[in-house]
Amino acid sequence: MITSSLKQTPLHAMHVSTGGRMIDFGGWDMPVQYPLGTVQEHLHTRTHAGLFDVSHMGEFDVRGSEAIPFVNRLVSNDASKLVDGQAQYSALTTPQGTVVDDLLVYRFSEDHLLLVVNASTTEKDWDWIISHKRDEQVELRNASSEYCQIALQGPDALRILQTLTDTSLDEIKYYHFRRGEVDGVSAIISRTGYTGEDGFEVYAAPNAAEQLWKRILDAGNYGAPEGVTPCGLAARNTLRLEAAMALYGHEIDDNTTLLEANLGWICKLNKGDFIGRERLAAQKEEGVKRKLIGFEMTDRGIARDGQAVFVGGSQVGLVTSGSPAPFLRKNIGLAYVPIEYANVNQEIKIDVRGRAVDARIVPVPFYKRDRKVNS
Amino acid sequence: MANVPEKLNYSKDHEWIKVEGETGTVGITDHAQHALGDVVYVELPKVGDKFEAHEAFGSVESVKAVSELFSPVSGEVIEVNESLQDEPEKVNTDPYGEAWMIRIRVGSAGEVDSLLTSAEYEDYLKAETE
Repeated sequence: MITSSLKQTPLHAMHVSTGGRMIDFGGWDMPVQYPLGTVQEHLHTRTHAGLFDVSHMGEFDVRGSEAIPFVNRLVSNDASKLVDGQAQYSALTTPQGTVVDDLLVYRFSEDHLLLVVNASTTEKDWDWIISHKRDEQVELRNASSEYCQIALQGPDALRILQTLTDTSLDEIKYYHFRRGEVDGVSAIISRTGYTGEDGFEVYAAPNAAEQLWKRILDAGNYGAPEGVTPCGLAARNTLRLEAAMALYGHEIDDNTTLLEANLGWICKLNKGDFIGRERLAAQKEEGVKRKLIGFEMTDRGIARDGQAVFVGGSQVGLVTSGSPAPFLRKNIGLAYVPIEYANVNQEIKIDVRGRAVDARIVPVPFYKRDRKVNS
Repeated sequence: MANVPEKLNYSKDHEWIKVEGETGTVGITDHAQHALGDVVYVELPKVGDKFEAHEAFGSVESVKAVSELFSPVSGEVIEVNESLQDEPEKVNTDPYGEAWMIRIRVGSAGEVDSLLTSAEYEDYLKAETE
């Protein structure tokens, strides 16, 4: 065995003992899949429920009378629009309008927010936030080690989690949260996720992680054909890709602007000044020169991250994420292309290891669930 | 642990070959399919293509990864398992049976002798995981 310096979540031993295949993910030793396999984990989450360890995500606690103005100066969405118990998808932006990271902003109260950021960028984000603090009345704390985070996603998520809590889950609207107890453990119960399904993300103390994990699996009849299943990072990736949700380091990074990434809806250019606002406003005025599009392969072949996109024999862009889509049973991907080609039904070719394979631009998201309630 | 049938020969690239007369049937091992995970796509050569030993003759893809297929010996492709186009998952369920990939006319018997026996391949797998 090679001794590794990889970081571990509080569920690491649990993953290993239940057959999780562990890989290095941004410096974390994380399960890429369980014995059931990525395809079944993915399908289970679409049709029943999947359980994900996302404890590696970073959490920053922001307190003080100027918590909201401070955060609002650093992010693109409008944190002043949040009410207590609401969460908001947002981004930390550079002066160029590109992306330091995407994140969730949770509002407990007017003077208390929680920022939830990506695992592999936690340290960079923390440094960024600290270095951009001026004289605002805020107290910042990197609280990443104070939380485990477990995501229960899928059409059965609410029913399963409800058996473990007195909090009325159907009263929590999408992108809202409550503090409550899950199996007697004090937790933040948030109706959010990264799969395109209904579901919840539960934040609690790290020493409660194993208890919550086991109890949710038990409550969801893990092992039964229609029960919950633990899912690895590979299924998390294919689920978010079918839902066309951006992944930092792929669709968004410090070379792509939010407008290019179709994230104009989290750019509130009229909310007041924030880092990158000027550049984003100018880019909106000029129009973007390239845009993120979704495509599906129309010939045999699977596009992969980093492969070149061709139109009429010339390379025009790169695939940011490419994969089989287990639920849709298609091979799909996201790519940046010049704006003149960014139209649905545009024929493109993907260079799949030397072979030019036909593909077509399609509308995104590739997958959209039926939203019967809480839309 | 991985299933390693006795009567086959193995390459260090995790392919197996079953030689009957001049014909060699080639596929990937149980260990290889397990390491890959759910196989969703198999790309195979055409009948008549010729390959050297250890040359890539195709690829097999899981949701997460692409893995090249290497010919254990030199030879000419005489048959391709077309059924894997529609049912790539057979690579996971029956790697030594229904999921054979190509049949080749073996160029040299000496190359087969230089491959691993089942016992040697098992030792090789053990060494790899330690």
